[in-house]
Amino acid sequence: MRITRLAAVFGAMTMALTVAACGGDDSGSSGGSGSGASGIVGKAEKDKKLTIGVKADQPGLGLQTGSTYTGFDIEIGKLIAKGLGVEESGITWKTTVSANREPYIQQGQVDIVVATYTINDERKQKVNFGGPYYIAGQDLLVPTASTITGPDALAGKKVCSVSGSTPAKRIQTDYKSAQLQQFDSYSKCVTALAGGQVDAVTTDDIILAGYAAQEQYAGKFKVVGKPFSTEPYGIGLKKDDTAGCNKINDILKAAAADGSYKKAWDDTLGKSGKAAADLDVSKLTNCS
Amino acid sequence: MSTDAVLYDHPGPRARARNRIFTVVFGIALVALLYWIYHRFDVKGQWAGTLWKPFTQSSTWTDYILPGLKGTLQAAAIAMVLSLAFGILFAVGRLSDHRWVRIPAGIVVEFFRAVPLLLMMFFIFFGIPFVTEQPMSPLWAVVIALTLYNGSVLAEAFRAGVRSVPPGQSEAAYAIGMRKGQVMGQILIPQAARAMLPVIVSQLVVLVKDTALGYIISYNELLQMGVNNVAANFGNVIQAAMVAAAIYIAVNATLTAVAGWLSKRTRRSGKAPRTTRVLAGATDQTTGA
Amino acid sequence: MDVFSDADNLDVYVTGFLWILKLTLVGTLGAVVIGTLLAAFRVSPIPVLRGFGAAWVNIFRNTPLTLIVFFCYFGLYSTLGVVFSDDLELNNFWLGVVGLAVYTAAFVCEAIRSGINTVPPGQAEAARAIGMTFRQTLTMIVLPQAGRAVIAPLGSILIALCKNATIIGTIGLMESSNAMKELINSNGQAVFQIFFVFAGTFAVVLIPTGYGFGWLANKMAVKR
Repeated sequence: MRITRLAAVFGAMTMALTVAACGGDDSGSSGGSGSGASGIVGKAEKDKKLTIGVKADQPGLGLQTGSTYTGFDIEIGKLIAKGLGVEESGITWKTTVSANREPYIQQGQVDIVVATYTINDERKQKVNFGGPYYIAGQDLLVPTASTITGPDALAGKKVCSVSGSTPAKRIQTDYKSAQLQQFDSYSKCVTALAGGQVDAVTTDDIILAGYAAQEQYAGKFKVVGKPFSTEPYGIGLKKDDTAGCNKINDILKAAAADGSYKKAWDDTLGKSGKAAADLDVSKLTNCS
Repeated sequence: MSTDAVLYDHPGPRARARNRIFTVVFGIALVALLYWIYHRFDVKGQWAGTLWKPFTQSSTWTDYILPGLKGTLQAAAIAMVLSLAFGILFAVGRLSDHRWVRIPAGIVVEFFRAVPLLLMMFFIFFGIPFVTEQPMSPLWAVVIALTLYNGSVLAEAFRAGVRSVPPGQSEAAYAIGMRKGQVMGQILIPQAARAMLPVIVSQLVVLVKDTALGYIISYNELLQMGVNNVAANFGNVIQAAMVAAAIYIAVNATLTAVAGWLSKRTRRSGKAPRTTRVLAGATDQTTGA
Repeated sequence: MDVFSDADNLDVYVTGFLWILKLTLVGTLGAVVIGTLLAAFRVSPIPVLRGFGAAWVNIFRNTPLTLIVFFCYFGLYSTLGVVFSDDLELNNFWLGVVGLAVYTAAFVCEAIRSGINTVPPGQAEAARAIGMTFRQTLTMIVLPQAGRAVIAPLGSILIALCKNATIIGTIGLMESSNAMKELINSNGQAVFQIFFVFAGTFAVVLIPTGYGFGWLANKMAVKR
């Protein structure tokens, strides 16, 4: 009986691995005709509709309040949609979490993703990136009176981040002397920070600024302001949609020139008192 | 019911006095503990009006809590139906006369009973799409995981139930010319279901609670919407969790009450198999997972 | 290809299951002690104790463990100020043990109560007839017999506790579910291998354990 069971498990395992491997090969070759008419430019022209994947639980960036979404990422999404000729009423917002952004793009659940989405080489293998529209960096959120001045002052301190996230991993590998507390959401981290159970919360500075700007925490926290990583936020779309990517970069260039980028900032994260960084158009991706 | 009368004598004057002392001492200790908890929450400002105010606004309910509750109940309802079907199917499978049905059914049931639901859900959501090349919706990942686990537990419950039906029942059914399928479907399963009703219901309560694990794949259920999203907006995670806990308790207590009423009804109609006399009220055994 | 031949990954896996083992052992101890006490409360002559036992069972049995563990962190630790250890991980471990124990105790209590039901009333009546008190009747006559009938349900409760230990990951303990998540995050291509190793570990340990409890229950069953 036991032997049968083990054999079955291994059988299923080998089979599954084989299938997964084949699946990987397939996806590379089957979607070859993505650019042009079937990319987001064509779709937006034809349907006047766009589905945008955003975060739902990050104040200042992408926060769901009832059925509406607010935040800087949302405003960027609206700018892109407008540039593609899609009215605000034609936008469908879809909540994504960090772990499902690539699958959602690859499988066409969303047209573009604007969700604190760091451009990196690993992700570039799977999706294409327009932007970056903002350069964030990992930073620390601490109580106003805290003496923590940067990541090097974290030895023996308790730091909170979201489990499995890149910032959490960076603390584990680069700042081993810090004690890492992990939760499934930043609001729990911030609550623990408010209660004094942890000494700092760490993630991208822009996300921390969003929490610091919330009215119930007004004056209680500060962002340390010494970013120790570089996180260029991009706009994710299908890997083969080069035309769409170029179009997104053109829209961003135009938004930087006519002030609508700055307005998007001022209406959302600008309220935290942080001045808008200039959108550096020379750093835009080459879309390949 | 009869416990009070059986385990101890009717209290005399001295026992009554002693019981009164116990009552007072324990009562005071309990009240003191509750007050201390209340007081500590007060010191930490957890009763502050601003943290609770969102729950007096109807938009908090209509935007987060009710949609979250809907997500919880929706996943629970679909999974309940599917896991009952799964349970019956695999109970019959494990009772089959054919080895090639019995053994695979046994492997499936044993495997899914032994794997933590959290791992299962995570795997279905992130692993299965590798094979199907289709995104797995969070709802279905939750439903499938719940069905595989609770269905397997129910399969064992049904199997035990079928075994508890006196053999005379199926012998009589075969004697009047019923086929195997008819005996199972019309004679054994209905009686097994009645006998195992308490177990089935407590498993369904477990199922409702387990929808809460959907948070790891961001399924929009009560914890995700009513705790994480409310707290992202108002910064009141402790208060939101208290409200959510109260809702879970209310939903599950209702489910248990309905089940109690149902089992009383079936017992009164005299169709349930006779059970031996017991010391205390209705038994109900669950595994709690 | 082979994720587990990497020493770091293997370490993540082993650490994950060590936490599960510790949580299960200490949690079981706590759950059985509290659960037995609660069961005694629920059949005692004193109404306040009965009410307390009933309230405990109804509250903890109907609340998701995720929330209970959450309250252990944000209620017990954060608000009530109960600190088990200065070490963050160890403190979270003990908070998790408390959560697991108070939750599982509700199920243990109900299992013991229904075990008490299997003891024929004549036993308790005879005990009273020879002048035994409530405590003597319960501890010397009823519970020892009930204990045998309770082995099977208690077995499934403890197996459930072991699986539920994965939920302690919500307060950041790097137990097996978080370990699996971490390995999948960094080795996405091997998601099947990783899952089957983790799930297989649980299956290989828990399925025989289940049969063991079944065998024990049969062996110890009171012949009537």
